[in-house]
Amino acid sequence: MMRLPVFKYMAPKTAHEAAVILADHAPGEAMVMAGGTDLLPNMKRRQQTPKIFVSLAHVDELRHSTTGNGMVLGAGLTLTELATDQRIKQHYAGLYQAASQIATPHLRNMGTLGGNICLDTRCNYYDQNYEWRQSIGFCMKKEGTTCWVAPSSDHCLAVSSTDTAPMLMALGASVTLTSKTDGPRQLALSDLYRNDGMNYLTRRHDEVLTHVLLPEASGWKSVYWKLRRRGSFDFPVLSVAAAVKLGTKGIVEDARLVLGAVASRPLEAQDAAGQLIGKSLKDDAVIAAAADAAHGHAKPMDNTDFVLHWRKRVVREFVTYALRELRGEDMRDTRHKHGRQDLVQLS
Amino acid sequence: MSDARTPRNTVGKPRRRVDGRAKVTGQTRFADDVVLPRTVHCKLLRSKVPHAIVRSVDTTKAERHPGVLLVLTGKDFPITFGILPVSQDEDPLARDRVRFVGDPVAAIVAKDEATANDALDLIQVDYEILPTRATPLEAYENPAPRIHEYGEEGNVHKRVSFQFGDTEQAFSTSDRVFEDVFFFQGNTHLPIEQHASIAAPDQDGKLTIWSSTQVPHYLHRSLARALALPAAHIRVIACPNGGGFGGKTDPFNHEIVVAKAAMILGRPVKIALTREEVFYCHRGRHPVLMRFKTGVKNDGTITAMHLKTFIDGGAYGSYGVASTFYTGALQTVTYRIPRYRFEACRMFTNKPPCGPKRGHGTPQPRFGQEVQLDKIAEALALDPAELRLKIVEKPDTVTANYMHVQTIGLSDCIKSVVRRSDWSNRFRKLPNGKGLGLACSSYLSGAGLPIYWNKLPHSGVQLKLDRSGGVTVFCGATEVGQGSDDVLVNIVAEILGIDPFDIRCVTGDTDLTPVDLGSYSSRVTLMMGNAAIQATDRARDLLAQAASKKLDVPKDRLVFADRRVFDTEDANKGMTFQEAVMLAETEFGTLGTTGSYTPPRSPARYKGGGVGPSPTYSYTACVVEVDVDPKTGWIHVPKVWIAHDIGRALNPVLARGQVEGSVYMGLGEALMEEQTFRRLPERLSHALVHKFPSMLEYKSPTSLDMPEVDTELIENPDPRGPFGAKEVGQGPLLPIMPAVANAVYDAVGVRIDEVPITPEKILKALDDKAKGKPGRYGPGAFPNIAYPDPMLVPTPWEGGDGNATNDPDRKKAALK
Repeated sequence: MMRLPVFKYMAPKTAHEAAVILADHAPGEAMVMAGGTDLLPNMKRRQQTPKIFVSLAHVDELRHSTTGNGMVLGAGLTLTELATDQRIKQHYAGLYQAASQIATPHLRNMGTLGGNICLDTRCNYYDQNYEWRQSIGFCMKKEGTTCWVAPSSDHCLAVSSTDTAPMLMALGASVTLTSKTDGPRQLALSDLYRNDGMNYLTRRHDEVLTHVLLPEASGWKSVYWKLRRRGSFDFPVLSVAAAVKLGTKGIVEDARLVLGAVASRPLEAQDAAGQLIGKSLKDDAVIAAAADAAHGHAKPMDNTDFVLHWRKRVVREFVTYALRELRGEDMRDTRHKHGRQDLVQLS
Repeated sequence: MSDARTPRNTVGKPRRRVDGRAKVTGQTRFADDVVLPRTVHCKLLRSKVPHAIVRSVDTTKAERHPGVLLVLTGKDFPITFGILPVSQDEDPLARDRVRFVGDPVAAIVAKDEATANDALDLIQVDYEILPTRATPLEAYENPAPRIHEYGEEGNVHKRVSFQFGDTEQAFSTSDRVFEDVFFFQGNTHLPIEQHASIAAPDQDGKLTIWSSTQVPHYLHRSLARALALPAAHIRVIACPNGGGFGGKTDPFNHEIVVAKAAMILGRPVKIALTREEVFYCHRGRHPVLMRFKTGVKNDGTITAMHLKTFIDGGAYGSYGVASTFYTGALQTVTYRIPRYRFEACRMFTNKPPCGPKRGHGTPQPRFGQEVQLDKIAEALALDPAELRLKIVEKPDTVTANYMHVQTIGLSDCIKSVVRRSDWSNRFRKLPNGKGLGLACSSYLSGAGLPIYWNKLPHSGVQLKLDRSGGVTVFCGATEVGQGSDDVLVNIVAEILGIDPFDIRCVTGDTDLTPVDLGSYSSRVTLMMGNAAIQATDRARDLLAQAASKKLDVPKDRLVFADRRVFDTEDANKGMTFQEAVMLAETEFGTLGTTGSYTPPRSPARYKGGGVGPSPTYSYTACVVEVDVDPKTGWIHVPKVWIAHDIGRALNPVLARGQVEGSVYMGLGEALMEEQTFRRLPERLSHALVHKFPSMLEYKSPTSLDMPEVDTELIENPDPRGPFGAKEVGQGPLLPIMPAVANAVYDAVGVRIDEVPITPEKILKALDDKAKGKPGRYGPGAFPNIAYPDPMLVPTPWEGGDGNATNDPDRKKAALK
């Protein structure tokens, strides 16, 4: 079997302690590990080889959620905890749907919210073991100089593959990071990301992601749709996170639409969302206009499952599914055909 | 020869398999679970380049690495190996050439696996890069450099050509002639257990190896050859396999390497492959391009078929010569085809070697044949089910290519799936996007010939009975998850009338068990089963003789049941099984019997006629329902109805499991599985690498993706099968892929003439159709391949005797 490289395991009790350890080491030398479902396989493939694991398993403060004006989620909550939290299911249904569709039950039991937000970008040229990458001469994301997806590209095109982040962005979330030097700082989740497969996070190496803040959900409805080959296990090759605030008579007062897995960061399709504002989702032409606008944003590359032109083409359909579900249509049949999950929202 | 006798005890009853408890409680000891004192660990350095001359291998640094005990290279292995006598083309470690990314070059044995792994990078290999052939056509058009120095010419490994009756004449008098080109993409077995082996010197200096192999006997022979040791000094123990599906039927580099290392170091050496390495071992489904030309009368009767196949063999021979024949051997055993021409060509390419995967060479042409039949039915305005019922081959028939069909339950299979799927009310009548597809298939119940020429039995069974009342049964057969141990115990329990739990089963051990050729070609139930019947009948007879004397009841009136031996006319007159054993042991001395099985001689006498014959064939029909979204091409399979002509189900639970497992694997091949490769630009790297050697990115369905499967077993005992049983492990896979393709056509009106059938292909075909082009996705023209002049074999109905009329070698042999 593939073996892990040798590493030192540190188990801080607080986020501050974790941040102190990170600050005392060079980037890449010490890395944060929560559930390990992303980092450990990467380490077996020698994509990341930290000498020190900073485990967050014992940082209790990251494992709570509180409600008040909105909701505060600890970054250490497992994906299973997110998927089964009745408050989330009721007020942030799209997040329930997103968390429920990540990987397999076993991985959801281990994987965390913070881990999924910081998930390494993925690429078929990069997510390979050391020997395979050696045989192609490596790629720029690790040990090489070329981006094999587009050899003329000056930056890495690895794909953002997080399911929670597009949804959280559509829900207007922000995150809290803490470091030894600066203490906690808060930023909009959107500002955590860059469209660069290598430097996809604006998080500094010495910072620990501690919390996710969700704004008050009253009047908002949200949904999450995910395209993948199989109804379990697979990372998204396209996802649509949509949230709308509905006024009286079903008129959309505000809307956010975010696409996942079509760039190196979750992509906000503001003009697509704009097509909805002031209009009714009951009008198919409104949905079609938003789907067209979103389609224009998606620029998938040939580095995931499925061929890229097909992935681009079905953006329209997936946006349509999402908006039809938002207007209250029963989409269970379509969901079942794609993922064998009904993911019914509470009415 | 056995008869299809009627069972009365355990056979035919649904039972928990004998190894079920161990499997579900994690107690089964797979090869990687074998732990021996002082074990050290081996890792292989594999080629990073797809094709090169190995100029030198410098192991100096690796040898000095702390914890490294031994470094081996090609110099340590002067003798080649390979599964077929005609393809001894593999080096345990490359001596002068590497032929694909993943080809082993050196081995490191160290105190632990991590140390061996770390030392791999310290080996310096100097390669002289050679041009790389990625596809069979590229290999065909570029004969130099040759990937192998043997083979027919250039990069052609094997070509075959047969003419059974005058097909051209038949085409000219047919009402319609259909020509179609199909492509079947390669895919791999994906067993959950990765290959592992551990070799250890015995206390007396002999060698034992435990391995995940489906073929301990063939591994035994290969080790003897490659290590230049007498076979009698080597013991091969085939551990239960965590799935094989044909992926563990070759002897492998790593097995020979750890055997050699254990002999050198004098201590146990273990290797456990990674998933990536399993992808490199491969031996999976050959990618096959094929052209079917079929003549029919207006009523659907087939007049002739001409099949050409062009096969991507990968970097080594493996079973490839046999696979080449198999791409055409079984077209004739399902439907009446009075004249048949078959041409095939297998190429070497710089990719992991292809070999036998469940169905071995036959699923690809079965796909083409069944999809073409669907097109023929539509063109002739016939129902595809009725067309097939009309042309199903008759029982006890010798086909145009001299395959001897015994019982054939295909009509019953077709009727069963048609009835259960409500075919007549739903086919071509469902709304747009929903469809049904039908397809059929046939498969061997064991290959008629072994892979090396001999007239020895194919399977042997030995029985030991003693005064404890316990019975031990020994057989070389290998439990690969298919349930062969259960079949063996079931038959012995049935005949002796004892509980399966009273029987100890020892299998797959070349020191202890009589030879069985291995778990491949769906041969075990039929061949081991018949051998077991013979051995157990002999034991029963000894017991009956002794009991008969004691009870004063004629021998043939005795019944063996409920752990008793008693008079069929007076059940009170009897004794316990144990008493019968003690009487027999008293009378005859220590009790032991043997049985063996050799398949009947095939009527195919022509050269190449050794591939395809089988004691009998199984048959399957299935209907697949699909739901296709015309806007995205997304395919969903809600339900599969399948019927399998098994002769008799010895244990219906196991048999159904095999059918459902086949449906699962078939849907994977139909919808997503593909072993594909990436070639990077020449100016940059020109690497030719497996696209995704991982279980995450090589897409195979999960249990969540399985549809409802409605299975019916058609039981019409075959006189050649044990209790009438035929195979079930492979045949039910074959009709799934074409049935999906046919269902997609019924759903959205486009033909996908290749597998896998993916949403993007469907959408492309729908786009084309909308533009007025043919709604088809598939390969274009079949390339112009120079096949040899055919071997001319007159059909049985033209007075043929199974020989070719233009084979000088055979004529000479006949004159002698």
